[in-house]
Amino acid sequence: MSLFAVSPVELDALRLSLWVALVAVALSLPLAVAVAYVLARYRFWGHGLLNALVHLPLVLPPVVTGYLLLVAFGRKGTFGPVLEALGVQLAFTSAGAALAAAVMAFPLIVRAIRLALEAVDPRLEEAAGTLGASPIKVFSFVTLPLILPGLVAGAVVGFAKALGEFGATITFVSNIPGETQTLASAIYAVLQVPGQEAAVGRMITLSLILSFGALLLSEVLARKMVRR
Amino acid sequence: MSLDLDIHVKRGRFTLEVQITAPAGVTVVFGPSGCGKTTLLRSVAGLEPVDRGQIVIDGLDMTNRPAHRRAVGYLFQEPRLLPHLNVLGNLKFAQKMGRPVARQSFDEVIALLKLGNLLERTPFALSGGEAQRVALGRALLSAPKCLCLDEPLSALDQGLKHRILPYLERLRDLTDIPILYVTHDAAEMARLADHIVLMQAGRSVLSGPVEAILSDPAAVPYLGVRAAGTVISGQVMAPDPTTGLTVMGFDGGHLILPELNQTKGRNIRIRIPAQDIVLAREKPSGLSALNVFEGTITELHLGQGPGVMVQFKTGETLFLARVTQYSAQKMALSVGQNIFAIVKATAFDPAGIGT
Repeated sequence: MSLFAVSPVELDALRLSLWVALVAVALSLPLAVAVAYVLARYRFWGHGLLNALVHLPLVLPPVVTGYLLLVAFGRKGTFGPVLEALGVQLAFTSAGAALAAAVMAFPLIVRAIRLALEAVDPRLEEAAGTLGASPIKVFSFVTLPLILPGLVAGAVVGFAKALGEFGATITFVSNIPGETQTLASAIYAVLQVPGQEAAVGRMITLSLILSFGALLLSEVLARKMVRR
Repeated sequence: MSLDLDIHVKRGRFTLEVQITAPAGVTVVFGPSGCGKTTLLRSVAGLEPVDRGQIVIDGLDMTNRPAHRRAVGYLFQEPRLLPHLNVLGNLKFAQKMGRPVARQSFDEVIALLKLGNLLERTPFALSGGEAQRVALGRALLSAPKCLCLDEPLSALDQGLKHRILPYLERLRDLTDIPILYVTHDAAEMARLADHIVLMQAGRSVLSGPVEAILSDPAAVPYLGVRAAGTVISGQVMAPDPTTGLTVMGFDGGHLILPELNQTKGRNIRIRIPAQDIVLAREKPSGLSALNVFEGTITELHLGQGPGVMVQFKTGETLFLARVTQYSAQKMALSVGQNIFAIVKATAFDPAGIGT
């Protein structure tokens, strides 16, 4: 057993982790932009409630979030019949793992984008309006480019969070090799069995590489955007 | 093209009620801060909701249109250039945003505002004056039917102001759209205005052509004694043979000005502040002042202060002079009387002379 002999099960876990994290970020991002925009730009009744709801997964024990997902989206959960009618199963599937990761990453992504939005000078948007830009064009050609660094930062933080998500995932979709076993749950699984130090070392190395890679990528992107 | 406004806005204890028509050319909106000038401009551009009234631009009722469909170009006190685009990007942004093609072509605007060597720069690398020129160019390229300039020079220092004013004069002479121009600065107003709207406490109190308003004694309380005076438009004639100084002909005579770099035949406009004119009952002699001309008193106006505003007419031009009440009594000034006005050539600030 060496540090480089990655087993097929471990490779599956790596592949699944990447897939789950990417899908989670891709799912969260558009909704996160919308929610961040609403939270940053509008004051309305229920503003505090929405804000608290968005941040809930950040403060709840992940096990609780996972359980709530099960209650809502499990086969016998609140939306179970609807999902079944649509032919979608989330509990104990990789799609469910992506949903759990997305829910856990969501508050972090919203926070980063909201901060970026609050730093945008609304007077620039007003000026763009007087130049003939409709609200949609103002958002696409003024607001979006200006929050791009925040958007990228949010996506990277969300990706890292999704990659490492464990508690909600294992509660909602369990730990099925090849289906829902991500890198984090695979590490947990091998830690349960004595004498698996090499496997643990390999997967921890993989985790380190992935996380470092994400951070480096965000640095490079941020620098590129500043230079523009 | 013209702009017809009937605007009613109520914000707490502040009420704005203005009915004016601004023809093509520059209409300067002048008044103390807090009188509603900016609110007026923002309502025209659709940036501020109007409680009731009507905003008609070039025959089109814009009252219920959102800002981006009003075709009102707006130059704010600060340039508001988009920081993620360079100068060229900012100018192209205005062209791309969906209105029909600008009356001024891209090349014309670049030439008018001398933006050619700024195009590749980012907004951060521009000086205040350059940035404001780019912002003006951007507003022109958005194909506006009307321009609102809200104290565009107030953030610039005196030297920079005088470098930008010629651009604004050229813009005024080149376009045929109405331009609403808010300023506190009397010299700026005298150089640029074709028309003036005087505002106080949310209402327009007096409006009319620049020559009429600035030399109207009734306007003095709103303008302030420093801003009151005469604006004369005339043509540069051959230099004075004996002195070499610039001579300007106007309806009623001619004026000797300090040496200006103005070519013969060119139309220029000058402002003589009311307090820089000296009056005499008899034709004076042996004076150092070069400009002496005869006129007839048309109006005497006692203000609250120690001064008397004397309006007199030379040819078809109305002048305004400010003398003390004591002088007015001693000279026994009265309407219809003939008087002589004395103006030093150096009373004309070369920086205040416009085209």
